[in-house]
Amino acid sequence: MTANPDEGRVVLDADDIARALTRISHEILERNKGAADLILLGLQTRGVPLAKRIAAKISEVEGTSIATGSLDVTMYRDDLRSNPTRTPHRTALPGTGIDGKTVVLVDDVLYSGRTIRAALDALSDLGRPAVVRLAVLVDRGHRELPIRADHVGKNLPTARAERVRLRLVEVDGLDAVSISGPPGGAEITDVPSQEAAR
Amino acid sequence: MTRHLLSIDDVSVADIHQLFETAAEMHDVQKREVKKLPALRGRTVINLFFEDSTRTRSSFEIAGKWLSADVINLSAKGSSTSKGESLRDTVLTVTAMGIDGLVMRHSASGAAHQVAGWLDIPVINAGDGTHEHPTQALLDGYTLTRRLGSLEGKHVAIVGDLTHSRVFRSNIKSLTKLGASVTAVAPPTLMPSGVGPWSEEAGFATSYDLDAVLPEADAVMMLRVQKERMSGGYFPSPREYTVGYGLTRQRLGTLKPGTPILHPGPMNRGLEIAADAADAADSLILDQVSAGVAVRMAVLYHLLAGEEAAQ
Repeated sequence: MTANPDEGRVVLDADDIARALTRISHEILERNKGAADLILLGLQTRGVPLAKRIAAKISEVEGTSIATGSLDVTMYRDDLRSNPTRTPHRTALPGTGIDGKTVVLVDDVLYSGRTIRAALDALSDLGRPAVVRLAVLVDRGHRELPIRADHVGKNLPTARAERVRLRLVEVDGLDAVSISGPPGGAEITDVPSQEAAR
Repeated sequence: MTRHLLSIDDVSVADIHQLFETAAEMHDVQKREVKKLPALRGRTVINLFFEDSTRTRSSFEIAGKWLSADVINLSAKGSSTSKGESLRDTVLTVTAMGIDGLVMRHSASGAAHQVAGWLDIPVINAGDGTHEHPTQALLDGYTLTRRLGSLEGKHVAIVGDLTHSRVFRSNIKSLTKLGASVTAVAPPTLMPSGVGPWSEEAGFATSYDLDAVLPEADAVMMLRVQKERMSGGYFPSPREYTVGYGLTRQRLGTLKPGTPILHPGPMNRGLEIAADAADAADSLILDQVSAGVAVRMAVLYHLLAGEEAAQ
């Protein structure tokens, strides 16, 4: 995967992303009143490195290690039938399981909310957490379901036709959030959801 | 992926790796408390078996159910067919009930191919005569890959009743696609006729001497002696077969340490495989069974869950 910094307009650079994640880490700690029973579950694919980064920041503050895991929602998507099948990614939970824990779902961009709906379904097949919260790096609006995030790195007003792209060092070789316009500048009214394009 | 899985010819090397990757995720579902994924909710799959089967049929049944499909088992042996209905009429009747996928086994080689031509739903070949059994080969390859890592350059010995084995024919294709070198070992009477030009074209070796092959092997796959397909005369006595081609306790000692042992089942203990080998620490026979569910889930998922299947 080649990283092209010219692609789109960069709205968050590496420092912005680091600051946003630090703030989210503190918010999670405050909300949870400490790091007890906390599990950070990253949504595949870019939520996984984000969850690890947040866990590292919380560990720095609290001095204890934070359990992380990954959650793949491919099988739970409501658009499974309208797309060619995709190979599922890894779902890996901490050895303790999630029963009775505070699970914070971590995702990159919150858009339609359909991925999160799928994630909640997937979670209920995996156990029964005491509390489920949602942390996202970017909230770009345009929700299609009654879902909101508890912790938001950056609210980014966008048009539906625009494309928000997060790149991370772990996957893409650099940290950046960028917005690019619709192809050819044309107004597109029926855009497939951001999550579906991943 | 193609629309049907009738033969290993239908899947590319990339397809096989994709199926293995998916199967690895499906495998984890077996360990869960809630063994259910919603991927095939609302889809109906028929297992249409014109030939006896316990493990393959139940494996497909569990795979479909864990993906939330409705699975119906139809043993066509001794029902409509014995009343004189043709294969085409049986299949068209069954699928007219509104079926999204057909898993079928038949004693005639090529039956699944023929049926696929009559239907516009995905057909999965669960064994056709002495031709192919692609999901068995995929689960064997998956089991071996999990144990050995990449099969590139690995040496697999396939031993037994090759003439009657569809598992052998599918495995030759998939193992060589995965980069393994295969030696087929059988007594002359159970070596398929015309194996010379075939082995040259497909790129595998043949041998009549099991004792020479075993110390070189990185994995040994024992195949069942298929008495039900034999009209007799392939070997003088079971005892003689075991002496020449059975994986006995003595032969077990000639394997490299840690060499995995496979058998697609059902086993004839004491004939092609001794209890010491079947129950050895390096026996993967039960791993094959659990991998079977995962691999069949992967196949059902890729053929039935997506866009193409919805049309």
